[in-house]
Amino acid sequence: MNTQQQNKIIYSWYGKPTNSDRKLRTLQYKGIIIKSERSRTEKCIQLGNFVLIEGENADQPFVAQLLDFYEDGAQQKHAVVQWFSHITEIPQNKRKLLKREVSPQEVFFDQVSGYDNDIAVETIIESVLVIPLHPKEELPITLNKEKIFYVKQSWDGKCFKALSTDTFSKLKDANKKGDGIPNSLNSFVPLDIISSMKKETKKVVRSVMKTKNVEVEIESKHSASKSSLSKERYSQRVANGTKTPTARKKLQLNSPTKFPKSKLLDCDVLELLDDDCDTIVMLEPSAAKRKVKFTGILGSPPKIPCADDDSNSVGDAAEHRQRFSDTIRLSPYSNVQKSNEKAKNLNIKDDTMCLTGLQELGSLSPVVTPRSRRACAQKTSARIAQQISLLNMIDSSQEEDFLSSSDGLYSSSSEEEDNNVLCTPEKKTKAGRIFSTPKSSRKPSVHTPAKTLKKTPLPGTPKTPRNATPEIPRRSHAAQKPASMLEEARLRLHVSAIPKSLPCREEEFQDIYNFVESKLIDGTGGCMYISGVPGTGKTATVHEVIRCLQQAAENDDVPAFEFIEINGMKLTDPHQAYVQILELLTGQKVTATHAATLLAKLFCTPGPKRKTTVLIVDELDLLWTRKQNVMYNLFDWPTQKHSKLIILAIANTMDLPERIMMNRVASRLGLTRMSFQPYTYKQLQQIISSRLNSVKAFEEDAIQLVSRKVAALSGDARRCLDICRRATEICEFASQKSAPEIVRMAHVTEAIDEMFSSPYINAIRNASLHEQIFLKAILAEFRRAGVEEATVQQVYHQHISLCRMEGMQSPTVSEIMAICSRLGACRLLLVESSNKYLHMRVRLNISQDDVMYALKDE
Amino acid sequence: MSKRKSKESISTNGECISQVQKLLRERLCHHYATGKLFGTEHQYRHLLELLKRTTVHGESNSALIIGPRGSGKTALLNHVLKDLMEIKQVRENLLEVRLNGLLQTNDKVALKEITRQLRLENVVGDKVFGSFAENLAFLLEALRTGNRTSSCPVLFILDEFDLFVHHKNQTLLYNLFDISQSAQTPVTVIGLTCRQDILELLEKRVKSRFSHRQIYVINSFDFKQYVRIFKEQLSLPAEFPDETFAQKWNNNVQHLSVDKTVQDVLQNLFHYTKDLRSLHLLLMLAVSNVTVHHPLITASDLQEASKQYRMDSKANIVHGLSVLEICLIIAMKHLNDVYEGEPFNFQMVYNEFQKFIQRKAHCMYNFEKPVVMKAFEHLLQLELVKPIERPSVRTQREYLLMKLLLDNNQIMDALQVYPNCPTDVKQWATSSLSWL
Repeated sequence: MNTQQQNKIIYSWYGKPTNSDRKLRTLQYKGIIIKSERSRTEKCIQLGNFVLIEGENADQPFVAQLLDFYEDGAQQKHAVVQWFSHITEIPQNKRKLLKREVSPQEVFFDQVSGYDNDIAVETIIESVLVIPLHPKEELPITLNKEKIFYVKQSWDGKCFKALSTDTFSKLKDANKKGDGIPNSLNSFVPLDIISSMKKETKKVVRSVMKTKNVEVEIESKHSASKSSLSKERYSQRVANGTKTPTARKKLQLNSPTKFPKSKLLDCDVLELLDDDCDTIVMLEPSAAKRKVKFTGILGSPPKIPCADDDSNSVGDAAEHRQRFSDTIRLSPYSNVQKSNEKAKNLNIKDDTMCLTGLQELGSLSPVVTPRSRRACAQKTSARIAQQISLLNMIDSSQEEDFLSSSDGLYSSSSEEEDNNVLCTPEKKTKAGRIFSTPKSSRKPSVHTPAKTLKKTPLPGTPKTPRNATPEIPRRSHAAQKPASMLEEARLRLHVSAIPKSLPCREEEFQDIYNFVESKLIDGTGGCMYISGVPGTGKTATVHEVIRCLQQAAENDDVPAFEFIEINGMKLTDPHQAYVQILELLTGQKVTATHAATLLAKLFCTPGPKRKTTVLIVDELDLLWTRKQNVMYNLFDWPTQKHSKLIILAIANTMDLPERIMMNRVASRLGLTRMSFQPYTYKQLQQIISSRLNSVKAFEEDAIQLVSRKVAALSGDARRCLDICRRATEICEFASQKSAPEIVRMAHVTEAIDEMFSSPYINAIRNASLHEQIFLKAILAEFRRAGVEEATVQQVYHQHISLCRMEGMQSPTVSEIMAICSRLGACRLLLVESSNKYLHMRVRLNISQDDVMYALKDE
Repeated sequence: MSKRKSKESISTNGECISQVQKLLRERLCHHYATGKLFGTEHQYRHLLELLKRTTVHGESNSALIIGPRGSGKTALLNHVLKDLMEIKQVRENLLEVRLNGLLQTNDKVALKEITRQLRLENVVGDKVFGSFAENLAFLLEALRTGNRTSSCPVLFILDEFDLFVHHKNQTLLYNLFDISQSAQTPVTVIGLTCRQDILELLEKRVKSRFSHRQIYVINSFDFKQYVRIFKEQLSLPAEFPDETFAQKWNNNVQHLSVDKTVQDVLQNLFHYTKDLRSLHLLLMLAVSNVTVHHPLITASDLQEASKQYRMDSKANIVHGLSVLEICLIIAMKHLNDVYEGEPFNFQMVYNEFQKFIQRKAHCMYNFEKPVVMKAFEHLLQLELVKPIERPSVRTQREYLLMKLLLDNNQIMDALQVYPNCPTDVKQWATSSLSWL
C-alpha cells in the first residue's frame, strides 16, 4: 500500500491494483481509503461512489461520480470522474431554461465537454449520495440534506434534457452498490454508519417523536462533524505544509473558510428549524427544570417569560437565531405553546413548514452572488432575513446590505462562533434538549453581547450599510441634455464616450480576437504582449475584443470564460496584483503573499472543472520588481498544463521584454507580440468623423488640420479629441452673439496654439523690468565667461552695470536674490539650493536664442 | 472751546481710523477676498465655462492654471468658484476636494484626505484608514460606480500641482486623469502651479490622459494700470459709514497717485516685480502708519515703507558688527580681490589682519589670536562666511576653507553708514595698498 501524507490526511488505495497498463505505467484500483489522523476516522470510497470535490471556493464543492482510480508513473494518485453540476454552476442566463425552481439539493448530470475530468485524489472531500429521479417525481423529504443529492436532468452546456434510461439505471446501480459497501471502516464513529443506514428510513415522514429525536441527534452530530471536518481540510490545504497551529489560525482568519454555502447552510437552517420545533415540544414538561438552569448560568440573558421563551432564549444566542424566532413567531407556530397533546400534530406542520422554507431558500440561492464572501452564518441569516421579508413584507434589501457588511477579520472570527451556534445546538440536543442559550454563555461573553447588539437592527431605524459599495452622492439636479449641435459634438468627442465600433484598429482587433478565441476553444492558456505609445487604442481594442467574446459566449459560439482586469497604475505595489486577481476571481481578500500561494494553487494544480480566465494586465511595466517574481508568476501560470489562463499584457514600450525582463520572464512571455502604431492623420480623421457621425459641427478642413497636426506630433487619439473639443468651445464662445456656426480652421488653429505653444516666451515678455534685465545680465555673463553657467554674484555685477547704462536705480543683493528665485520657481532658470547665497549657480532652462528673441521685441 | 472741539473730532476720527485700518488690512491680507481681478477676464471666462459644464452637463475635464507666484491663480479660481456658487443648480451639484502638494506629501495621505473630504468615511466605518492599497481600491471603486448623468460631479483642486508630480509612479495623478477620461463619475481636475515646464514633468501615460488645457495667468498690465490698481486698493468704498472722511481719504489717494515721489516709489516696485502681493505689502506698511494724529497717508509714508521693504538683509547685519569683525570682513574682501574669489581660511584672514595692525597699530588694539578666532566664529554663525566643506575632526578650525557671502558693494555700502568707524579702517577698506 502506498501512503502519501498530507496534513494528517492519508490517502491510500483500497485493495490491490486491479489492472495495470504497462504502456502508460498506470495501476488501476477500485477504491481509496481516506484516513484522517486527527479524528481517527477512515473512509473508504469506491468506484462508482459519489463524492464531493474541492472547488475554487471551499464553500462550493463539486459533486462527481468516480469512474476510475489510477496511479501514474510518478506515483500520483488520480481519479477520473463524471461531473454533476449544481445550479449555481450553471450560467445565470441558462437557468431560465429550466422553467422551474430548483432545490439546492438537485444536481444535473453534466455532459459539458471541456471540463477536465481527471483530478487529483487529494481533492476528494468525502462521499455523498446522488439519487436519480424521474423528471416528474418530487424531491423526497430527507434530513441529511448535505449528503444527498438528486439528479433529474442532464446538462450539456446548452440545454437541459431528461436522463436517458441508460444513465438512469447506471446511476441507480451505482447507488445500490455504494450502499452495499460499508461506508466507514472505523468503529470509533458508529454514528456515521447509522446515519448512512438511516438514510432510507429518513425519507419516511417521521411520526413518532422518540425516533425523531434519535434521528435528529444522529444527524446533528454528523453534520457538525462534517462541516468542521471540511473546514479543517480546507484550511489545511491552504496552509499546504505549514503545520504550526498559529499559522493555521492566521490563515483561517485571512480566508474565511466558509463551508458548503448554499447546500449545507440551507440544511443547517432547516435542521435548526426542526430543532426548535423539537425544543418547543419538549418545553412544556421541562419548563421548571430549565428555569433553574437559566439562573445558574452566568452572563446569560435575564429570565424570560416562559410563554415565549423558546423564541427568546433562542434569539439571544445570536442574531440570526433571533431572526429564527421571528420566523417562528410570524409563522403558524405562534400557537406552539398550546399543549402537549398537539405535539404530534404540530410536528407534521413543522415539516411542511420546513419544506416551504426549503423551497423558498432554494429559489433564492441563485441570487446570492458567489462574490459576497460572508461567513456562512451570516449568509444564512441574510437568507432568513429575506424569508422574513417574504412573510412579512419588509424591505429586506437594507438588512441584507447591512448583514453583508462586517469586515473580513471580524466576520471570520464571528463566523467561527456562528458556526458553533449552528452546529452545537444539535450536539447538545440530547442532554435534555435544553436549548440554545447555554451555548451563548459558553462563549466569551464579552464578544457575544456586543455583537448581538451591533447586529440586531432596531425595528424601524434605517441602518447605514457599513460596507456597501461606496458611492459618490447622486446629483440633485438632472444633468442637462446637450442643447446645441456643438454641445452634442462635444459630448461625442469626449474621450470617455464609447464609440459603437473602433475604426482603424480592425486588423489588431482581429488578431487579438483570433488569439483569445483559439485559446478559449482549445481550453489552453497563453500570453500576448501588446505595446504602443499612449493614446493608440490598446486598452480600448482589448476591451472591445472581450465585449465581443462575451457576446459570443452568450450565444454559445465560444466556451464561457471569466474576464478580469488589473492595472499596474492602479496598484500601490506590484505584489498587490495577486490580491486584486484573487479578489476578482474568488472574492477573497487576503494578504499578498497568501494570495500568491492561493493563486499558484489555483492555476497549477490539475483543478477540477473551471472556466478559462482571461486576464488583462494593463501598464505591465509597473509590475516590475527587483526579483521580477510578480511578472514571472503571471507569465508562468499560463504555461502550466491546467491553468486555462489567457493573459493579455499591455504596456507602452515595444522592447519591454528585452529591456527590463530577465531572460526567464521574457521567455515565458513568449513571442506573441503585437504593437499598435501611432495613428496616421487619415486614421485620426476617420476616428473624428466616425465619432461625429451625422453631427455636422466641423469643417472637413478643420478636421484634417487637427489630424495632421496631431499625427505629426504624437499620433495620440486623446490629444486629437481634446483639441476638437476645445475648438468647439472656442467656436461657441466666438459665435455667442451671432448665430451658431460650425467649427472652422481659425478655431482649430487657436485651440492648437493654446495647447502646444511654448509658454516661456510669453512668460519672459510679461516679466518685470528687473527680471528681464537679470536675464540680459545672465546672457552677458555667459558671453563674457564663455560658460553656460554663472554664479549670482557674477550676474549681479553684470546687472548693476546694465542698470547704470540704463540710468536706473540698481537693486540690492536681497532683491536680486528674490528675482533669481522667482525666475527659478517658474523654471525659466535652473538654480541651486539657495543656501549658497551669492555663490549659487544659475543656468538658463531655455535656449539663449529664445531669451534674446523674447527680449528683443520690447 | 477749541480744545473740546478737537477732542470731539479726534474721537470721531478714531472710530473712522480703526474702521479704515480694519477694512484695508482685510483687503490687503486676504488678497482673494477683494473680489477684483486685474487683466484676467479671458482666463476667468474660460475657467467659468469649464466648471459650469462640469456641473451642469456632467462633463469630465482637466486643466492646469499656470502662472508665476503672486499672479493670482488661486484668486482667479476662488473668484470663479464664488460666482459659480451663486447659481443654485451648481451649488447643490458640486463636491469639492482641495488638496495641497505641501500638505499631502504622498499619495497615501492624499487618498485619506480625498476620502475624508468626499465624506465617504462613514460608509466604511472603521475600515477607511486601512492599508494604502485598500484605500486606493476603495476610492476607485467609489468613483467607478458613478456615471455621467446621475452622479454628483467632483471638483479636485490640486494646489502646488508640481509637488504631486514627484509622488511615486504618479499614481494619484494617473488615476484622477484616467477617471476624467472615462465614463465614470464626472470629475474635473484643476491643478495650480507656477512651473512653466510642468507638462514635461508628467509621465507619458499621465500626460496623454491630461487634456492639455492650460490656462496661463500672467500679470500683463502696464504701469498705468498698476497705478490704477494702487488707487483701487487704497480707496474706501462708497458704503463707508463716515462719508466726509471717505471723501477726504479718497481725494488724498487721488492726490497721491499723481504725486511724483509716490510715482517713483511705485515705479521702482513695478520694475522690481509685478507681483501684486508686494504692492499689498508696501501698502500694508504705509497703512499701519495711519493714526488719529496722522489720519491720511502721505508720500513720505510710502517712501519710508519702500525703504523698509527694499532693505538689504545681509548688509543690515553688518551694521551691528564690532570693529574687529568689520576688520575681519575687510581682510576677507582684500583676500577675495587678490585671489579672485578663491576660498580662504582663518589663518589667511588673521595674517591679513596682522599686516594691517602692524602698520596702523596706533588706532587698533592688537587682539590675541583666540579673540580674533572668536570674532571669526561669530561671523560664521551669522552666515556672513560659509565653510565650503563640512567641518570634520581632522582639519583644524583655522585651516577650514571658507567663502565670504558678501559682495564688495555691500561691504562698502555698509561701511558708509557704520557709526564711529575709525578712519584708518575706512581707508584700509578702500585700498589694501594704503599701508605702503
